[in-house]
Amino acid sequence: MSDSVSHPQTPSQTTPQTPSQTIGPYYAIGLTNSNAHIEHQGAVSNKIAGDGESIEITGKVFDGNGDAVSDAMIEIFQADCNGRTDATDFLGLARSETGESEDHSFHFETIKPGALSADEAPYISVIVYLRGLLLQTYTRIYFSDEMTANDKDPVFSQLPASRRDTLIATRHSTEQGLYQFDIHMQGERETLFFKV
Amino acid sequence: MSIIDRSQHPPAIYPDYKSSLLRGPKQSEIELSDLYKGSNNSPALETTGALLNKFSASELDRDLTRNATRGGMPLGERIVVSGKVTDQWGKPVRGALIEIWQANASGRYAHKVDNHDAPLDPNFQGAGHCITDNDGAYRFYTIKPGAYPWQNHPNAWRPQHIHFSVIGNCLGSRLVTQMYFPGDPLLDWDPIFQSVPKPAAPRLISHLDLGITEPDFALGYHFDIALAGSLVTPADDPEQHR
Repeated sequence: MSDSVSHPQTPSQTTPQTPSQTIGPYYAIGLTNSNAHIEHQGAVSNKIAGDGESIEITGKVFDGNGDAVSDAMIEIFQADCNGRTDATDFLGLARSETGESEDHSFHFETIKPGALSADEAPYISVIVYLRGLLLQTYTRIYFSDEMTANDKDPVFSQLPASRRDTLIATRHSTEQGLYQFDIHMQGERETLFFKV
Repeated sequence: MSIIDRSQHPPAIYPDYKSSLLRGPKQSEIELSDLYKGSNNSPALETTGALLNKFSASELDRDLTRNATRGGMPLGERIVVSGKVTDQWGKPVRGALIEIWQANASGRYAHKVDNHDAPLDPNFQGAGHCITDNDGAYRFYTIKPGAYPWQNHPNAWRPQHIHFSVIGNCLGSRLVTQMYFPGDPLLDWDPIFQSVPKPAAPRLISHLDLGITEPDFALGYHFDIALAGSLVTPADDPEQHR
C-alpha cells in the first residue's frame, strides 16, 4: 500500500465522501456507555469542564407524531467562557442520549460559552442523530437570557423570524443555570436545521 | 457552499426505510455558509477545526476480541478491519477518533433494548475505539457480526455490518456510517444501504484484503473512509482554486 499521498495545487474532490448511514437503535453500547450488558468506557461524556458559569442543558427530541424519541443522540460543541476553542486544556465537545432517562431526556453539564467576537451572541453547535435519520442534522442553541445579543447577532438576525425561537434554550426561572432545549424533527414547531 | 456533499449521502426521508418517515426533517435546511457571507463574524463553530488529537485509546480499546472477555474468548470468526481516513481531497486525517459498535456473531447486540432471540456472548461487548495514526490509518480486531431480523418489512434482515463513528477535524467532518461485507446478498433488500445514492453505495462495502490478513489468525477487511471538508480558511479554501 502506498503511503505517499499527493497534494495537488488545485484540489479536486479526489476521494468522495463516505456516505452516511443511520446511527441505529444500539449506538449506546459504543458511544454513550449506557444500556450495555457489559460496562464499556465511552470516549466522549456528557460533561464539558472549564471556567465560567456552570450550566445544565436538558431537553427531548420529538418525532412527527409529537412522541419523545428514546433513541436519539445529541452532540454539542462550544467555545470556552472566553469564546475560544483552541485552548489546549479545553475540549468543547460532549454527547448525551435519550435512552437512559425515564422520560427520554438528554442532559448536558457544561459551562456557558463566551461569544466568539464582540458582535456575536454566544451559541452552542448541536448535532442530532437518531434511528431513522440517515444523515446527521445540525442546529444551534442560543440563550434566552441573551436576547439583546441574539437580535444583534449577524447570523441569528438573518434567520426567518417565525423559526428563530426554535433555537432558543429557555433558562429556568428558579433552577440555577438550567436550560430547556427541545428539538422537533417535524411538525409546526420543526426545529430550524442547518446545512453545514 | 456546504462542506457536506449531499450527492454522496442518503436523503433525509427515504420511504422504504419506514422509520425515516416521521424522523427526517421536512422543511428545507438553511445553508449556514450563506449566513456568513459578507460578515466579519468569526468562522462558524461547525467548521472550526478543534477536534483532532483530543482523544486517546489503548491497544485493548481497538481489540474487540479481548476488551470485554470474562474468562474466555468470543465466539465467531475473528477478523481484522483496517483502512485509512482521509478528507475528500485525499489528505490523511491524523488523530481522528474512530468508534465502532456491532452485533455479535449470532446477530445480537449487547444492548438492553435488543430482544432478538439469539444468544448474548459473555465475552463480547461489540464496542471499541481507536485513533488514526500519522498516515490516517486505523486497525481493529473484532468478530464478524451476524445478520439479524428487524421489523421494517416482512422478512427484513439487516446485512452483516459494523457501525462506525468518526470525529475528524471539525463538526462538519462528523461521520456516522455502517461498513458492510463483500458479496452479502442481503444488501439488495436492505433499505438503509439502498438509501445511499447508487454511485456512492459501493464505498460502504469493505473488501477482503490479504495484505492486512494475519496468517492463521484472522482475515482482513479493508475499509477506507473519506470525511467531509477540512477546516476552511482563506488560505486553503478549495473554492479559491477552482
